Amino acid sequence: MQPPRRPLAFLRWFCREDYLEEIEGDLTEVFRKNSLTSLRKANWIFALTVLRYFRPEFIKSFRNYGSSNSLPMLKSYFIIAFRNLVKNYGYSFINIAGLASGMAVAILVGLWVYDELSFNRYFRNYNDIAQVSKGFHYQDKYYQGQKYIQYPLIVEMQTTYRENFKHVVPISGPGGFDAILSTEEKKLNKTGMYIGEGGPEMFSFSMVYGNWSALNELNGVMLSASTAKAFFGDTDPLGKPMKINNSTELIVTGVFEDFPKNTALYGLQFFQSWTFYEKDASYITRQGWDNHFLFLYVQIAEKKTMEEAGAAIRKAQMKAIANLDYMKDELQYDYDILLQPMKDWHLYSNYKEGQLMTGPVQLVWFIGAIGVFVLILACINFMNLSTARSEKRAKEVGIRKTIGSVRRQLITQFFSESFLVVILAFICSLLVVYIALPSFNHLSGKEIALPLAQPLFWIAAAAFIFITGFLAGSYPALYLSSFKPVSVLKGTFRAGRLSSLPRQVLVVIQFSVSVILIICTTVIYQQLEFVKDRPVGYDREGLIVIRKRSGEFDAKADVIRAELKKTGAVTHISESGGSLTGTWSHNGGFNWEGKDPSFEASFATLNVSADFGHTVGWQFIEGRDFSDEIASDSAAVILNKAAVDYMNIDKPVGKTIRWTNRAWNVDQDFHVVGVINDMVMNSPFEPVKPAIYLTYGYERVLLLRIAPGVAAADALPKIEEVFMKVIPDIPFDYKFADQEFAAKFANEERIGKLAAVFASLAILISCLGLFGLASYVAEQRTKEIGIRKVLGASVSNLWRMLSQQFIILVIISCCIAVPLAYYILTTWLKNYEYHTELSWWAFAGAAAGAVAITLLTVSFQAVKAAMLNPVRSLRSE
Amino acid sequence: MKAQSLGEFEELVLLMVAALHDEAYGVSILENLEDKQGKKINISAVHVALKRLEDKGFVKSRFGGITEDRGGRRKKFYVITALGKRMLDSQYDLRTSLYRQIPKISFT
Repeated sequence: MQPPRRPLAFLRWFCREDYLEEIEGDLTEVFRKNSLTSLRKANWIFALTVLRYFRPEFIKSFRNYGSSNSLPMLKSYFIIAFRNLVKNYGYSFINIAGLASGMAVAILVGLWVYDELSFNRYFRNYNDIAQVSKGFHYQDKYYQGQKYIQYPLIVEMQTTYRENFKHVVPISGPGGFDAILSTEEKKLNKTGMYIGEGGPEMFSFSMVYGNWSALNELNGVMLSASTAKAFFGDTDPLGKPMKINNSTELIVTGVFEDFPKNTALYGLQFFQSWTFYEKDASYITRQGWDNHFLFLYVQIAEKKTMEEAGAAIRKAQMKAIANLDYMKDELQYDYDILLQPMKDWHLYSNYKEGQLMTGPVQLVWFIGAIGVFVLILACINFMNLSTARSEKRAKEVGIRKTIGSVRRQLITQFFSESFLVVILAFICSLLVVYIALPSFNHLSGKEIALPLAQPLFWIAAAAFIFITGFLAGSYPALYLSSFKPVSVLKGTFRAGRLSSLPRQVLVVIQFSVSVILIICTTVIYQQLEFVKDRPVGYDREGLIVIRKRSGEFDAKADVIRAELKKTGAVTHISESGGSLTGTWSHNGGFNWEGKDPSFEASFATLNVSADFGHTVGWQFIEGRDFSDEIASDSAAVILNKAAVDYMNIDKPVGKTIRWTNRAWNVDQDFHVVGVINDMVMNSPFEPVKPAIYLTYGYERVLLLRIAPGVAAADALPKIEEVFMKVIPDIPFDYKFADQEFAAKFANEERIGKLAAVFASLAILISCLGLFGLASYVAEQRTKEIGIRKVLGASVSNLWRMLSQQFIILVIISCCIAVPLAYYILTTWLKNYEYHTELSWWAFAGAAAGAVAITLLTVSFQAVKAAMLNPVRSLRSE
Repeated sequence: MKAQSLGEFEELVLLMVAALHDEAYGVSILENLEDKQGKKINISAVHVALKRLEDKGFVKSRFGGITEDRGGRRKKFYVITALGKRMLDSQYDLRTSLYRQIPKISFT
């Protein structure tokens, strides 16, 4: 007859060990006697009696219960782990180096992603700021993302819809304008912007001198701290006079901290008041609803939500233009006024033909995914090496278990080992990141610093260590601790055929990821090369672009020309209305014979001087260039090939095009004199836009062609000398067309370089792991190799035997990687209108490369093992 | 050293330990006490008394052999110490001397 189980268990749980024996024995004896009369009653008595013992004298001390010896135990685990590391320093190095590089990549990627996601967070009113943009309907499609808006719309927002907003802040175009700031002593080229009242408060400028209302003064100018320093040193500049573009007198009324790089206002060095702009350039106030040239930011009123304000202003333009005669054609577009919240400005504001492009966000996730993958690769290494070495540790596990370790303790031990390695690796990776950060910033075009002072960083780091340690340590911990001590110690422990399966799967994963990365990198570079080789339609070497910053360029145009020619460094000088590397103006209002009336044609328009063609070296398909001698050329136009295709006309030369455009103040016939090969002026990744070149209009850019045979470095000082002599008040500022063109590849080149770095790290980490595995396998099979040698196997036989299994794994990974990479890359290339075709050899090359690298890595170990003298390997034991 | 005290139930248990010499363990003490007193006692009370007596140094204990009856647990035997015996003696003396002082009064 047994006493009731539950009360007994309870007694055993709480009772002091030294009393338990006696009490339990006596209770049982009493129970036995009681149970002779009634079992139920005996049970009851037993239970109640147990309860009576539940008093301080009999309850054991629960303090430190269970952990009384865990601290020294933990210490011992770490000591053992450390000794193991030192003993197998080769493996430890591979482990820590691999893990550290993986973690370094993960940290860098983490910082990068954080930087991308925290764009504009610098502004305190982040959640309440929005940009006003426009959307419209056209041919059953909805177009949005037009950020340039009209002057009357600003007025509407400032009056009719004012109650929705705390601030309504117009600015004069994004990126600001370049101007010459000067004091008595200094002249500097700076970038500035006109900003509406309340702007400094809305964007929470952090003021060094002055306050947010600094621009209420009409002639006030706010300088960035760096600009103020450049002009006035460390003194307080408030109230000092300055000149802008050598004419307008201004007074410094405020100094703000420079904006960090990941903000929308980065790079702006001074601000002037919007009211001043309206007075100074009063023509802007006379612009109608058809001229889009300004940006407008708003801060939502405190009592309103973004949605409410958005709903309130949605039809603002339609209401305003309903009765305007000159806008009646526009009513069909059913314009919406939209609010784009600040959180979307960076990653969700890239519109192409009115549709949101997901490229920027995808890039963030793509890079983030790579970081995670590289980290996983490193963790896999760790897992693989630990499990591979498990047989060496098996005896230790067996003995520990015999002595009395329970499985939980062994798991703790292996986890503490993996945590030791992870912590060491983390310290190394921090060092690596610290050293690599400047070049990473250079590569990624960012200004990231290690936020060592932020508690959040350390919390993230701790979480990171924990996750990595857990990820990397879980498999060895769970696997190693499951060994049966009897079989391990008897020596019959065999890992079995299947035990290496998980290891092989992991190697396959590693190499699949590496091969995918290699293929992607190759194709990114192929695409870059392909686009760089694209014929651009003009000669961009030795072409200098100078913006005309003041009226003096026009006033002294003849002197400049004559002086430049005299130096002999310049052969052609011409002018154009915009840069060569970006079309600035796109216009509609063109009509020609045979045009479908419903076809709303829009062209890139560029006004050029007659000598433009000679200067840039464009290529004619038919017709002729502009000429100064022919008077009627003031109404001549030249088309590019894309325009001819777009207009769908035969024999364009001699045809007449009528251009009606209110903004350009034009309504006249132009005749086509020539057709040129497409000139790539915008993104080289996209098809060339239909363009019309004409001599009508105002030129804003000066183009110089350096004489053939004269090096740019020799020509530049001569050219600069001329400008300094003729226009001494304006700093000489120039750009090379080929450099500007090259800058268009910056983004793709950046991705390419990042991908290349990550891919080489991935392959390096994978190879490190493979190297470790191979050396382990070779070591394990030392005896077998010895016997085989004795029996007559040659070195090459043995080499093949040892390398084979790894090669098979890598070939399997290639089979997995190729279709995946193909899928990823076809999706990526679809983003580019002008793109290369996927070539089979990129895939084959990557696969062959992976096999070759594997062979190289493995062979080193295999040959070393195969060369070993069998006498030595067989003698021991 | 502070004067040792002995509660009423403790005294009974101590007496029983002395009386059962070498055979005194939890259950035997319990049963004998119940017999003599003719009422139910809970075993836990006996244990509490024994622990206190042991703390005070009046009894000492040793483990005996395993018996089937007790689910494999050993008995814990108690013996009275010299100190315990002296305590009993002094209690006995105190009580007898007081008893003797009772005037011979007839209660009939």
